[in-house]
Amino acid sequence: MNMKNALKSNAIWLVFAIEVVFFAIFSHGAFVSGNNIINISRQVSYYGIASIGMTFVILIAGIDLSIGSIITIVNVVCAFLMVNNGLNMWIAILISLALATLIGVLNGAMVATIGIPALIATFASQTIFEGIAYLISGGRPISGLPAGFALFGRWSVGPVPVCCLIMIACFVIGSFILNKTFFGRYFYAIGGNEEAAELSGIRVNRMKYLIYALSGFFAGLAGIVLLSRSNSAQSTVGKGLEFDVITCVVLGGVSVNGGVGRISGVVAGVLIIGCLTNGMILMNVSEYTQMVVKGLVLAVAVGIDCLSKKRQTS
Amino acid sequence: MSEEYVLELEHIRKEYPGVVALKDVTLQLRKGEVLGLIGENGAGKSTLIKCCSGAVIPTSGKIKVNGKEFDRMTPQLAAENGIAIIYQEFNNVGELSAAENLFLGRPIRNGIMIDRKAMEAEAAKAFAQLQIKIDPRELVKNLSVGYQQMIEIAKAIQQNAKVLIMDEPSAPLTSNEVENMFKVVELLRTQGVSIIYISHRLEEIFRLSDRIEVIRDGEYVTTLITPEATVDELIRLMVGREMTQKYPPRKDCIDEKNVVLELKNVTGNGDHNMSLKVHAGEVLGLGGLVGAGRTELAEVIFGAKPKESGQILLHGREINPKSPREAIDLGIALVPEDRKRHGALLTNSIKNNINMPIYERISKASVIDSGTEKKTAEKYRKEIQIKCPTINQLVKNLSGGNQQKVILGKWLAADSTLIIFDEPTRGIDVGAKFEIYKLINDLVESGRSVLMISSEMEELIGMSDRIIVLAEGQMTGELEKEEFNADTIMAYASAVVDNKEVG
Repeated sequence: MNMKNALKSNAIWLVFAIEVVFFAIFSHGAFVSGNNIINISRQVSYYGIASIGMTFVILIAGIDLSIGSIITIVNVVCAFLMVNNGLNMWIAILISLALATLIGVLNGAMVATIGIPALIATFASQTIFEGIAYLISGGRPISGLPAGFALFGRWSVGPVPVCCLIMIACFVIGSFILNKTFFGRYFYAIGGNEEAAELSGIRVNRMKYLIYALSGFFAGLAGIVLLSRSNSAQSTVGKGLEFDVITCVVLGGVSVNGGVGRISGVVAGVLIIGCLTNGMILMNVSEYTQMVVKGLVLAVAVGIDCLSKKRQTS
Repeated sequence: MSEEYVLELEHIRKEYPGVVALKDVTLQLRKGEVLGLIGENGAGKSTLIKCCSGAVIPTSGKIKVNGKEFDRMTPQLAAENGIAIIYQEFNNVGELSAAENLFLGRPIRNGIMIDRKAMEAEAAKAFAQLQIKIDPRELVKNLSVGYQQMIEIAKAIQQNAKVLIMDEPSAPLTSNEVENMFKVVELLRTQGVSIIYISHRLEEIFRLSDRIEVIRDGEYVTTLITPEATVDELIRLMVGREMTQKYPPRKDCIDEKNVVLELKNVTGNGDHNMSLKVHAGEVLGLGGLVGAGRTELAEVIFGAKPKESGQILLHGREINPKSPREAIDLGIALVPEDRKRHGALLTNSIKNNINMPIYERISKASVIDSGTEKKTAEKYRKEIQIKCPTINQLVKNLSGGNQQKVILGKWLAADSTLIIFDEPTRGIDVGAKFEIYKLINDLVESGRSVLMISSEMEELIGMSDRIIVLAEGQMTGELEKEEFNADTIMAYASAVVDNKEVG
């Protein structure tokens, strides 16, 4: 019984281990080389960062489809401010993060105050802000970023990339919020039962504003890291990223029905998806096949969640 | 003679990993009888009927229908053998007509077209057989809960059910609807249908049943002939110990000079001109029929719904709570009627539930003081005797009575001075009821005030110091303790108010 439970709660890490062994064998060791591991940690950093906000959102049984657009608009706006307006790097970053948070607040307003279902509300803002990003950039890439901006995506402290450190810090902060602060208790309560949460004295609408704002903020931070990595802003850079992030979070055991999930699981989810992408590239799997595989992983992850719920009730 | 019985369950046992839901239950149902099935919550009634419907497969034991033996049922086998179950939640589709619901999933067809006329004619016939007046063309969402239940029964009868199992059928109904349901049950008995009637309300069991089977802790206890049984005996058999009194005695603790809550002509959320006073140490009962506006009044006081006009005074100061949060901070608490939907956070731990209203108070810079958190939860777990292995247990795994205690613990932790109970013992078994009553006594004896909404007449009379009766959103009467009388309360509750000045 205990053995079974231990296996069950660590199943996700077992999957991760099997995956690593699989790719290590089939890539003839290239997958586990030091260079590639550092490479993977860079690749996963931005959606790792974005997954924190998404975890909060899904915990309250919501969804945020706008984060791909937020990443895009942060890329475009931050680059535009630095290149076209010659703004100081840090001020440009601050303005971009504020903008990302504001978009989150807007999502919160649509979901909490107006009552638009999260799926539609964040889908609308996805479209709106993707459009605005195109309008700002004219569809052309913006390059020529200040040299110091490479800090976030390309520099390292010793062997560890800065972007990876930012991601780890975000995971620690996310875990702290969920486990040590009353916000975490509120998030789980709202996800479990919104009405009962309200009647227990939680101001549910305020919390929704906060959560969507946080989701925007973390997506914005992910955008900064991605911009630094790619060294130029493209208006298509964030397209579809929300699905990678949702896959990581759901794969990590955060229930789409709300109320259940831990950051540690999400870390595993991020690593699994990161290794899957990297491993498939190493093995020369085509981009379209990669899409098929990732889609299957998302379906299976949600499927397992739903099946276990079904078994509980019968 | 096994032909005498239409349904026999022999030594049914059901094990789940780690739990035995049914140890050994035997049940025999005769043709054309109403068998009352009673037992405390968790005694295994629901599991037992699920074995009959095929929703649950017994670990061992036999099921015999008309003498034919089965190891297990499937939903299809149950239907073929004429076993139908009326659950508390109905399987109706609101947007379809009564007739269409009756033939849901097996419509009468005319080629590939649905033959609506034929279905409506058949439905009319089925309703006539039950002597109920429902227009087959009426959309189900426009029908009252009572009629929706009738459609479920009609559906079963139309499908030739010979055994009807009714799980707490009166729970969602108003008292008028209950009367109509009784008539249908009695009619079906004369038509040779056998009925297993499950209810917490013993007076219904006495009124309807021919025999009563008692189960306790997943085991068969005994079967009694109804006219030979007494209430005390049944309670003793269900609980397994003697219950000396139904309502625990309370010290005289009312402080007449100390008015805790006062409403002056409060209107809103469907209620009109509500004026009342609750004193410190007093239990004020709110009587009336379901839908009389009692829950609605509680929602206004608790800040969950807005007030249109009038004044609410707490300790003499006017208050205007605009959210439950504001009401909680003022010392008002609500223990809602629907525990699972509104009261407890089922997927959260006992510890989190109890601390939920005070998390911001026990946090510094948003970080929870986990020592205080644990201590608070342990304190109330001990004080109100929540039965659980640890405070980290999820609330969904607790019994109804213990869930209710967790909700109460939450409000004690929040230092509430006025506690509104909406149907405090709904769906709670007899033994736990007594404990809840004792807790209510403790509350008022410690100087708190209680506003108690109850549809159970006995409970209302047994627990209240004063009773105010509502009907259709108006106050229709107020009774002092020495005036308590079920007939008077009923008269006030069904009073149709012409005069808007009443109250």
